[in-house]
Amino acid sequence: MRHLAAIAGLRDAYDLVIVGAGPAGMVAAATASGRGISVLVVDEAPMPGGQIYRAVAGTRLPRHLLGRDYRHGGKLVQAFSESEADYLPEASVWHLDETRTVGISLWGEARLIAAQQVILATGAIERPMPIAGWTLPGVIAAGGAQSLLKASGLVPSGRTVLAGMGPLLWLLAAQYIAAGAAPALILDTTPQVNRRHAARHLAGFLLSPYATKGLRLIARVRRRVRVLSTVEELSIGPVEAGLRVTFRRGRQIEDTRADTVLIHQGVAPNLNLAAAAGCALEWNEAQACWQPQVDLWGGSSVAGIAIAGDGAGIVGAEAAAARGELAALEALRALQAITAAERGRLAVAPRTRLRRFARGRAFLDALYRPSRAMRLPAPEALACRCEEVTGRQLADTVRELEVVGPNQLKAFLRCGMGPCQGRFCGATVTEAIAAARGVSPAEIGYMRLRSPVKPITLAELAAMPSSEADRHAVVRG
Amino acid sequence: MFRRLPEAAGPPVSFTIDGQPAVGTEGDTVAAALLAYRIREFRTTPVTGARRGPFCLMGVCFDCLVAIDGLASRQACLVPLREGMRVETRQGKREPGR
Repeated sequence: MRHLAAIAGLRDAYDLVIVGAGPAGMVAAATASGRGISVLVVDEAPMPGGQIYRAVAGTRLPRHLLGRDYRHGGKLVQAFSESEADYLPEASVWHLDETRTVGISLWGEARLIAAQQVILATGAIERPMPIAGWTLPGVIAAGGAQSLLKASGLVPSGRTVLAGMGPLLWLLAAQYIAAGAAPALILDTTPQVNRRHAARHLAGFLLSPYATKGLRLIARVRRRVRVLSTVEELSIGPVEAGLRVTFRRGRQIEDTRADTVLIHQGVAPNLNLAAAAGCALEWNEAQACWQPQVDLWGGSSVAGIAIAGDGAGIVGAEAAAARGELAALEALRALQAITAAERGRLAVAPRTRLRRFARGRAFLDALYRPSRAMRLPAPEALACRCEEVTGRQLADTVRELEVVGPNQLKAFLRCGMGPCQGRFCGATVTEAIAAARGVSPAEIGYMRLRSPVKPITLAELAAMPSSEADRHAVVRG
Repeated sequence: MFRRLPEAAGPPVSFTIDGQPAVGTEGDTVAAALLAYRIREFRTTPVTGARRGPFCLMGVCFDCLVAIDGLASRQACLVPLREGMRVETRQGKREPGR
């Protein structure tokens, strides 16, 4: 790849622009480049790998500590590095529209470039976990804490409590144990009823690549760390020099002190750029989250814009890589770099991998689907972190003003209008309105998103190169 | 609070936190370097003045905003630490003209 250090190094136009350098983005770039088309990969991180393989090419930690799955990411980084793609790290993509104009910003400088084809590989974000106290300093998303471990070798010191559910919580606990920084306690919020729902999909899971690995991991953690199961009504409050975690088990209200609380209840697609570009979204009831509508090649409802990896719906890293390959093959076909027949032939291997890693997902989705009580904000919890709107304000406003949708709610409470632009309240707001009206979230819809999807200064906008026609378009008289 | 595993030690990177000299490690983001210094309150919110620190550490939540080299509201979790960087915490509501 050609590593670009400045935004001035970009061409004005590319055949294919890939947003994100996680498994899907890296594989898409490696698949598409070298076939006579120009490819650009833009990523926010300083190094390729995405969140899952964050800093894999730079970590100084010993090999055993982060596990074999993490090290596998090194191969994808290698293949991406050997590709002919242009690579712009540390940059934000703040705009995309149906003309496939891409707005990119790097260190106070912005550019608009043109793309024939776009693949969004924007990955996953933490699912909101709107419990009281989730905004307190010292309360950190488990995925975030894991990236501190991968990139900087940082582990929490003092008394650490992990709270929530999902494979990542177990993986992080295991990694901390291996690093000699075992957490004091795990509060598992997996609802009892999920085990029964998941049991239906047990056969598929046991045949999947996740089964042995996952069960071993959980057993290893349970041997070393105290785990309290079926925890409900979780909340966190500040106390002298630390935090207090309060929760209910059965009829018992309990609490425990902590220096750091790491929370997690699964991940959801990072869909802001896709949604702002006009890509249609759909509600995934099994995973209780929004995702873009995509076809078998990752194609969205907007021509020329595909979505690959977890950004198109949560499937995990290996399946994300396969989806990246499929999206790249379709982009190559659309650019007439390969024929439809070649595309079909080359798609056989990634489709097989996708099927293999899709097996077992239904079990994981059912087991780790957070309860509605954990998805809806408690009255005293902040539903919207940016605008500091509580669950009570949200519920009262929806009821009293008979709010019909998240866009109308913006006018009343500003939910979704802060810097995170709904990334941490979008699903919560839709579900709260749906619950109040007694309908499905699909009927309520997701909040309307617009560019810029990442903050950009007026100075950056003003300093962008503009043509005579651009100036004529806005000058009066 | 966070501590660095001994095996993760690396080349030092000098910078300043609110004018005080500090040393981070190559490969750190600004957020990681601050957390390693036991700083977990990065800013106050413009709405109620509540204290916030890094939450998502992947560029999504905007709770880790700091000023870096005079540029306000930078996401500390995304910016790699560089030699000589000036980091300022405790930004709250922005005043007009500031």
